[in-house]
Amino acid sequence: MTQSLAITKFSDLANPTRFLNLSGRILPWLGCLTAALFVAGLYLSFTTEGDYQQGETVRIMYVHVPAAWLSMMCYSVMALSAIGTLVWRHPLADVSHKAAAPLGAAFTLIALATGSLWGKPMWGTWWVWDARLTSVFVLFLMYLGLIALNRAMDDPSKAARVSAVLILVGFVNIPIIKFSVEWWNTLHQPASVVRLDGPTIDPEFLIPLLVMAFAFTFLFFTLHLMAMRNEIWRRRVTAQRRMAARMASRES
Amino acid sequence: MISLLLRDLKLSVRAGGGALIGVLFFMTVVAVIPFGVGPDLNLLSRIGPAIVWIGALLAALLGLDRLFQTERDDGSLDLILMQEHPLVLTVLVKCLAHWVANSLPLVIASPLLGLFMNMSEAAIGAVAVTLLVGTPALTFIGAVGAAVAVSLPRGGLLVSILVLPLAIPVLIFGVSASYAAVQDPAPFMPPFLILLAITMFFAVLGPLGAALALRNASD
Repeated sequence: MTQSLAITKFSDLANPTRFLNLSGRILPWLGCLTAALFVAGLYLSFTTEGDYQQGETVRIMYVHVPAAWLSMMCYSVMALSAIGTLVWRHPLADVSHKAAAPLGAAFTLIALATGSLWGKPMWGTWWVWDARLTSVFVLFLMYLGLIALNRAMDDPSKAARVSAVLILVGFVNIPIIKFSVEWWNTLHQPASVVRLDGPTIDPEFLIPLLVMAFAFTFLFFTLHLMAMRNEIWRRRVTAQRRMAARMASRES
Repeated sequence: MISLLLRDLKLSVRAGGGALIGVLFFMTVVAVIPFGVGPDLNLLSRIGPAIVWIGALLAALLGLDRLFQTERDDGSLDLILMQEHPLVLTVLVKCLAHWVANSLPLVIASPLLGLFMNMSEAAIGAVAVTLLVGTPALTFIGAVGAAVAVSLPRGGLLVSILVLPLAIPVLIFGVSASYAAVQDPAPFMPPFLILLAITMFFAVLGPLGAALALRNASD
């Protein structure tokens, strides 16, 4: 019963007007929550002690690691929306994965840039062709390719369906890319927070890191909702313009 | 299906098919490298397998946009979409024909280029074998890109951008298997078998994705 209720609620959202109303009500709260989390996270990350070895540069981690997590989560959100597009023809799913691609590219760029800044003092070089770096760079290229594909087509629903196929193929391929490059060459440290035997990172660093991670996640969802609303409005404006042009040509 | 295979093969070999342009491009790319890095034979023999692989990758990408584009231009793509055979099977056959016409010549030409690069016999053989196993995967991945970009007027460059990131695993395992055949401590079989597995995997996924994209791209 609850499940069917959830499904009907979800398909109610297919109506863009309802979505606009709901997201308009949620957005201020989400924005405030994001701002509060960022204030707390930034305060924590600047007041905790620096690492005895890395000194102050360890604070780069509080931006770098959440951005890297978000770059992967964004692709997962896009893949879910792509399934929504192809299986249920959910009109909001089209909007969702189109709106998420630039966000994902931005988060990936942040992760790459901060990683590069962190790598210079720690490893002595801006960039190495290491497994993790290479696969994130490939992810960045895939985001850019998807944006380019979306922009290359006029018809938004066709562009959405076609890029959904590509998103899904890329989603299957991401683990392959990750493991192939991992097998190839490695300098970046392995995962130290999400592990079966508990995090190996000191709580002194873990708490600000987690707060920042939540802040980034909420930032992503806030921006994503805003981008989706923009996209819906943009489509409506285009439709209205087309209609106006048609009326004008009929009158003349 | 057999007739479709033969039709595609004939079309690509005859005038205007452009299948052999790929080989020419491959040779040109490989021939340009010594101008860039200098004619040091030791260096060339060391980086030779990688260069031959990259050249083959680029040459395989070059012909990809023709996979469905010509069919769309003369309208036979709609006929292919409407026929009773499963579309996935048709796409698979088209991929095979494209591979035989475009990528098999690359595999055949690679030993010659290996000689130019001063590679040892073992390395030449390894590169040819890995190319033989790895290039089908490139074609299958490329089929998805070609199907996605089929309705675009100038999709060729976009196809390359979309496909290249996905083709990286093939390149990594192909090159590492080739190097493993030459350098003693590294075993040849594991990367080679993984390359084989990637090809098998994309032989399933590639036509499925391409068929899905073709259905959605047609209006």
